[in-house]
Amino acid sequence: MKLPNTSATPVSRRVFAVGALSAVGALALSACGGDTKPTTSASPTTSDLAAGGATTITMWVDAERSPALKDIAAKFKADTGIEVKLVIKDFAAVRDDFITQVPTGKGPDLIVGPHDWVGKFVQNGVIAPVELGDKTSAFSKTSIKAMTFNGSTYGVPYSVENIALLRNTDLLPAAVTTFDEVIAAGKGVVDSGKAQYAFLVGLDPKQGDPYHLYPLQTSMGSAVFGLDADGGYDPKQLILGEPAGVEFAKKLVEWGDTGSKVLNSNITGDIAKEEFKNGKSPYFLTGPWNVPDLQKAGIKVAVDPLPTAGDKPAQPFVGVNGFFISAKSANALATTEFVTNYLTTEAAQDSMFTAGGRPPALTASFEKASSDPIVAAFGKIGDNGVPMPAIPEMDAVWNDWGATELDMIKGKGDPATDWPKMAETIKSKIGA
Amino acid sequence: MRVPESTNDAGPVPRVKSGTNSPDGPATKNGSGKPGLPKRSHGVESLKSTMVKVVLLGLVDAFAVFVMITLFLSESWTILVIAAVVTLLINWIYLRKGGLPAKYLAPGVFFLVVFQVFVVLYSGYIAFTNYGDGHNSTKADAISAIQITAQKRVPDSPSFKTSVLKQNDELFLLFTNPDGTVTMGSSTRPLSTVTDATLDGTGKAVSVPGYDTLNFAQIVANQNDILSISVPVSEDAAQGSLRTADGSTAYAFKPSMVFDKATDTFTDVETGTTFTDNGEGAFASADGERLATGWKINVGFDNFVRAFTDPNLRAPLLNVIAWTFMFAIASVILTFGLGLFLAITFNRDDLRGKKIYRVLMILPYAFPAFLSGLVWSGILNPQFGWLNQTLLGGAEIGWLTDPILAKISVLVVNLWLGFPYMFLVCTGALQSLPAELDEAARMDGAGAWRVFRSIKLPLLLVSIAPLLIASFAFNFNNFNVIYMLTGGGPRFEDTTRDIGSTDILITLVYKVAFGQGTGRDYGLASALAIVIFIIVATVSAVSFKQTKALEEVNR
Repeated sequence: MKLPNTSATPVSRRVFAVGALSAVGALALSACGGDTKPTTSASPTTSDLAAGGATTITMWVDAERSPALKDIAAKFKADTGIEVKLVIKDFAAVRDDFITQVPTGKGPDLIVGPHDWVGKFVQNGVIAPVELGDKTSAFSKTSIKAMTFNGSTYGVPYSVENIALLRNTDLLPAAVTTFDEVIAAGKGVVDSGKAQYAFLVGLDPKQGDPYHLYPLQTSMGSAVFGLDADGGYDPKQLILGEPAGVEFAKKLVEWGDTGSKVLNSNITGDIAKEEFKNGKSPYFLTGPWNVPDLQKAGIKVAVDPLPTAGDKPAQPFVGVNGFFISAKSANALATTEFVTNYLTTEAAQDSMFTAGGRPPALTASFEKASSDPIVAAFGKIGDNGVPMPAIPEMDAVWNDWGATELDMIKGKGDPATDWPKMAETIKSKIGA
Repeated sequence: MRVPESTNDAGPVPRVKSGTNSPDGPATKNGSGKPGLPKRSHGVESLKSTMVKVVLLGLVDAFAVFVMITLFLSESWTILVIAAVVTLLINWIYLRKGGLPAKYLAPGVFFLVVFQVFVVLYSGYIAFTNYGDGHNSTKADAISAIQITAQKRVPDSPSFKTSVLKQNDELFLLFTNPDGTVTMGSSTRPLSTVTDATLDGTGKAVSVPGYDTLNFAQIVANQNDILSISVPVSEDAAQGSLRTADGSTAYAFKPSMVFDKATDTFTDVETGTTFTDNGEGAFASADGERLATGWKINVGFDNFVRAFTDPNLRAPLLNVIAWTFMFAIASVILTFGLGLFLAITFNRDDLRGKKIYRVLMILPYAFPAFLSGLVWSGILNPQFGWLNQTLLGGAEIGWLTDPILAKISVLVVNLWLGFPYMFLVCTGALQSLPAELDEAARMDGAGAWRVFRSIKLPLLLVSIAPLLIASFAFNFNNFNVIYMLTGGGPRFEDTTRDIGSTDILITLVYKVAFGQGTGRDYGLASALAIVIFIIVATVSAVSFKQTKALEEVNR
């Protein structure tokens, strides 16, 4: 959706540069090939492909996902003659690199990443919206919702992931629904001497982990941001500090060090995984990424729906991975073609699933993948989840939120005053 | 310290040259050759050395030409000119006769400029801008990004199958409506119905007599022109205009925000709110609402002023500066103290198994610091950590979560990491002290402590003081230990920023720059980095002056 008046200026300049490069290359080649007509004019011949600088789309991808994209890139090349160059980047730095490099014109045309990058990308003006049209309905609703920011869709989703409650079926054969029942059942196993912990969730003694505790919070009716008219998160409505949140904070104290000690902030994600692997707990609240290792260790894992702590549904944060198009792509049309007509296909989404094991966002591919009961169970919980807020203001929430939860778990604060105070602090940061 | 290092850094070119002259025996002395350093006259250079010079210079030039072509294509004119001048300079230095010092110094100076001076100058430049999240690029980029974002599909509008046609170098879009009717238009020609279009198997109109249909390759070749085609659906602007993003499907889009070049303002189509350039690198409305995407501008000394006036930064900043000094000084004293003590202990002639002890002592030095930080963070876990669990019998002491204990933990871990270096240095220095000094002092009746205090330590300090200053400068910016061990925590209560009791300036800068909270702010971070630079430079300069005095006393 490039506009002619301003955006055309930088683009065409760059196109000229790339064209000049191809012309130089063509000249060099023509010395041996005999073709002495390197031209940048728009006459409709196939050499135009090179003249437009469109023979390659560059995509930034991490090492894990890159193999899955090779096939679909090869198909695209066979169909259109355009090569998709997969550049493997370090996942930890790729977001910041993208933001700094796109304005210089040296960024890629396409990047793979989680949806919660969208807000920051839009704020920095580095990605362009994608219109999926009728294809929208082929994707899971949550995944499209996650990719939507300020009323526009910014990426093509390919996977959806969220946490669930894992249960060691050797220790506990039956599922329960509320968190109180989970605690009771877990305690029963501990009392019988077969386990050491009633329930495990990875926390951090330095910063807590609001992400993993969020389903408990939502089931008590507390969320982070309110929604605007379009159904997107509204940074002006930070509802985290409302009374429902305080109730949740009280529960944290109850479950924490000074209470029943179900939540233990000294148990980090690594320790929790290790202990569950050793069969020391019947329950582990975690995501699908840990399941393969646990199964390898011989634990019989069942995926239970998230337990409710209050009377509302327990909604986890859903993370959606997808493809985003650079706002300054010199190959915007070819890139859009690849993204909207190739990466949305069942074949592409299937192969991404096979390679990465993350449940596909395309409904048809997901249905195939859900022949695996674990994938199906995680997917079902995800349908009920809420997208992780992608608004840039979310960055300001995590630290205070985690620190306050940690204080509650350690019994170091008063929920009635500290929780609303936290919300005020966050508000002052984001200017809400 | 620095002087010999930078001359050693002289790069490959001179090394090869100096290698070629040694086998031929003493060279003829001329003005450029230093006494003791045999150097042949350039007039009678051997064929071999000339060849080596030409090849190496050729490689350098080839690389330079490659760089310059890249710069030319990316239109970085300033850097291109600089690169060209530097290349010419290098050629002149190495091709002319004489000027030997320049030939040795040139590579070192070149790398100093690239890796030090440029970085410092660039940070200096960034410190005076608002570069960071939301202020990422130029104003033109920001305007274009806002316009791209403002294009919204008209609600409930259908999608149109689209073909791209061409007639006399003008591009047209051919749309197939969902009801089967066919229309076409271009940026200049409004939408009109077409009756003589040819349809393909799927019912999509693909060609019209008198027009060429573009295949995908041609579409891609003309992509910028095609992307800019916008065909108004009707006179009614509310229905939007048809655009295609992939050359095969079109949708009706309507901007939610319109830019007026003449007044330099954005207007919200629905509410009529105008957003004007607020002088701070963003478009803002009269009541202060800002559009998300802004651009980079120069802000003068704002960042420096903010660092010391922002209430959320000022109080913690002073705390952090104080702790940074404490941390750096204490680290130097502790590591030096322990290192020296162990060095003296292991320097005794009658100690057995010295080699094994020494190897064991060096071990911590061999671990990467950030890894050690992570490992120690696990060891110090209040409940599961080895320290509490095994050594303290299950005592749950929050080594990393209590403000004072966290500071102690950081120092201890840093001591663990740092003493082997001091141990090495002190061992070396001790062994270089003449044994007669010791003997003579003892003959005069001095005890072991007296010998150490009045003779060995002053002599040691002459050679080690510069290293202590370097160690201070290093620990002043010892990011790894702090960040991996405590992450700067536990947090201060009096600030909304994520700053804590063990944060030193560099971790604070990192948090500001990479947005552990309210978004990245490279401008502010660079300003703080410059403050750090000034502090470290001042402390080092003063200390080196002191060290000189020390040397003179001993002379």
